[in-house]
Amino acid sequence: MTQTTQLLVGTRKGAWIYRSDASRRDWSVEGPLFLGQIINHFVRDPRDRRTMLMAASTGHLGPTILRSIDGGKTWAEARQPPAFPKGDPHGRAVDHSFWLEPGHADEPGVWWAGTSPPALFRSEDGGDTWEGVTGLNEHPQVLEWFPPEAGTPDGAILNQIVIDPRDARHMYLATCSAGVLETTDRGATWRPLNQNVRCDFLPDPYPEFGQDSHYIALAPTDPDRIWQQNHCGIYRLDRPGERWERIGEAMPQDVGDIGFTIIPHARDRESAWVWPMDGTEVWPRVSPGGRPAAYRTRDGGASWTRQDRGFPAEQGWFTVKRQAFCGDAADPMGLYIGTTGGEIWMSGDEGESWRQIGAHLPEIYSVTAVSAA
Amino acid sequence: MIRVSIPSQLIAYTDGATRVEATGGTVAAVLDELDRRYPGLKFRVVDEQDRIRRHMRIFIGDSEAKHVNVPVSPSSELLIFGALSGG
Repeated sequence: MTQTTQLLVGTRKGAWIYRSDASRRDWSVEGPLFLGQIINHFVRDPRDRRTMLMAASTGHLGPTILRSIDGGKTWAEARQPPAFPKGDPHGRAVDHSFWLEPGHADEPGVWWAGTSPPALFRSEDGGDTWEGVTGLNEHPQVLEWFPPEAGTPDGAILNQIVIDPRDARHMYLATCSAGVLETTDRGATWRPLNQNVRCDFLPDPYPEFGQDSHYIALAPTDPDRIWQQNHCGIYRLDRPGERWERIGEAMPQDVGDIGFTIIPHARDRESAWVWPMDGTEVWPRVSPGGRPAAYRTRDGGASWTRQDRGFPAEQGWFTVKRQAFCGDAADPMGLYIGTTGGEIWMSGDEGESWRQIGAHLPEIYSVTAVSAA
Repeated sequence: MIRVSIPSQLIAYTDGATRVEATGGTVAAVLDELDRRYPGLKFRVVDEQDRIRRHMRIFIGDSEAKHVNVPVSPSSELLIFGALSGG
C-alpha cells in the first residue's frame, strides 16, 4: 500500500512543506513559510487533519505559536502564546517553545507544549491560548529537576510530550535535566522514571533524576513498550516495569549508542530505528566516522543492523536532531530524516535504501510526516 | 503624541508601517497601547516578567531605556531596534 505524504519541515530559518505523489517517488516543495523564523516544531493535528501549529521565534523577537486552521492555507499568531504567570517566583520567561503535542483523541482541541526553560503548557482551543500546567511548573522540586544552569547549548528544554493512546491522563515527558517524568493524573502530579538510566556527567551515575532524555516513543501497537534515546545510550522499558534496559550495548562499539532520536515501527513492536552520532571525546555530534547510517533492530534491541545504502560512504558529517527523524503509516513504512546540513532523505523500504529528496535548506530542526488531507 | 519607530522585525504587526504615533507615560504604557492596536507585538519585545528581550533595544531619543518603567514625555521619540542577534 502506498499513500500521499506531506512532510512538515521546521528549520532554523523558516518552514517548508514537501508533498509526494502516491508512490512517494516525486516530491514538490512549498515554501519558505515564515522565512527567517526559527521553527522548532511544525505539527498537524491528526484528529481534525486541518489544524497546524508551529513553535516559532526569531533571533530578536520573543517566542510565539503560529497557527493555521485550514490545513496551512492561512496562518495567524496564537492570541496568547505559552508564558509564565507575571511575577513567577523564579523569574522565568519562555525563551522558546520546543515541542508541540496534539492532545489525546478523546480531547479534541487540546494541545500541549514543552518549552525552554523547561515547563509544560496546555491549550484547550486548538492552540490559540495557552495556560501553564501548575502541577509541573510549580512543583516543589522544579528547580532541582530543571536547574537554570543545566541544559543544551540552546538552553534547558522540556523536549518531548508523549500521551498514552489508551488513557488521556497518562503522559510521559522527556527532559534534558530530569530524564523521563510520568503523570497518571493529566499533569497534576509527576514522578521521575529513570531507574537504571545512566548519567555519565554526574557523580552518582544512576540518580533518581538528572538524566538527559533526548527522545522517547511508545510502540504504536504496544503502548506499554517505551523506547528511549538518551544522552547516555539507547534504552527500552516494558511497563508496568520500572527498570530501563540499556539495549544500546548491542550497537557496534565503533559507532556507539549515542544519538538524538529513536523511531519505533508502526506495526512491529520489536522494530525500531536510531540515528547514531559521535559522542566521544569532545562530542562532535556528527555521523560517526563521517559515514551516515541508520541502525535498525528487529528483536527489541538485542541486535542492530546498519542501513546506509544511498548515503555518502565517506565525508558525510551531518546528523539528525531530536524531531527530525520520523516515519509514516504506509506499508512498507516510509522513513524520513532532516539533517543539520539542510538535506531531506527518505527510505521507502523501511531503511534498506535511502535517497535524497531535498537539499540546500537551512539546518533542519523537525520533520513530521502526515498523510495528505 | 509620541512618535514611535518600528523596526523591520515588527512591521508584520503594523501593516508595514515603520513609524506610528502613540500615547503613554512610560515605555510600558506605549507598548500596551501598541499591543491593543497591533495584537501580539508587545510579547515579541518584552517578556512576561516585563523585561525587555535580550536582542531588542528601546531608546527614548538618544537615551536607552533599560526597563519598561522609564517615563516617556508626549513630545518624545521612542525607537525600537532589533539588535545584533547572531547568524
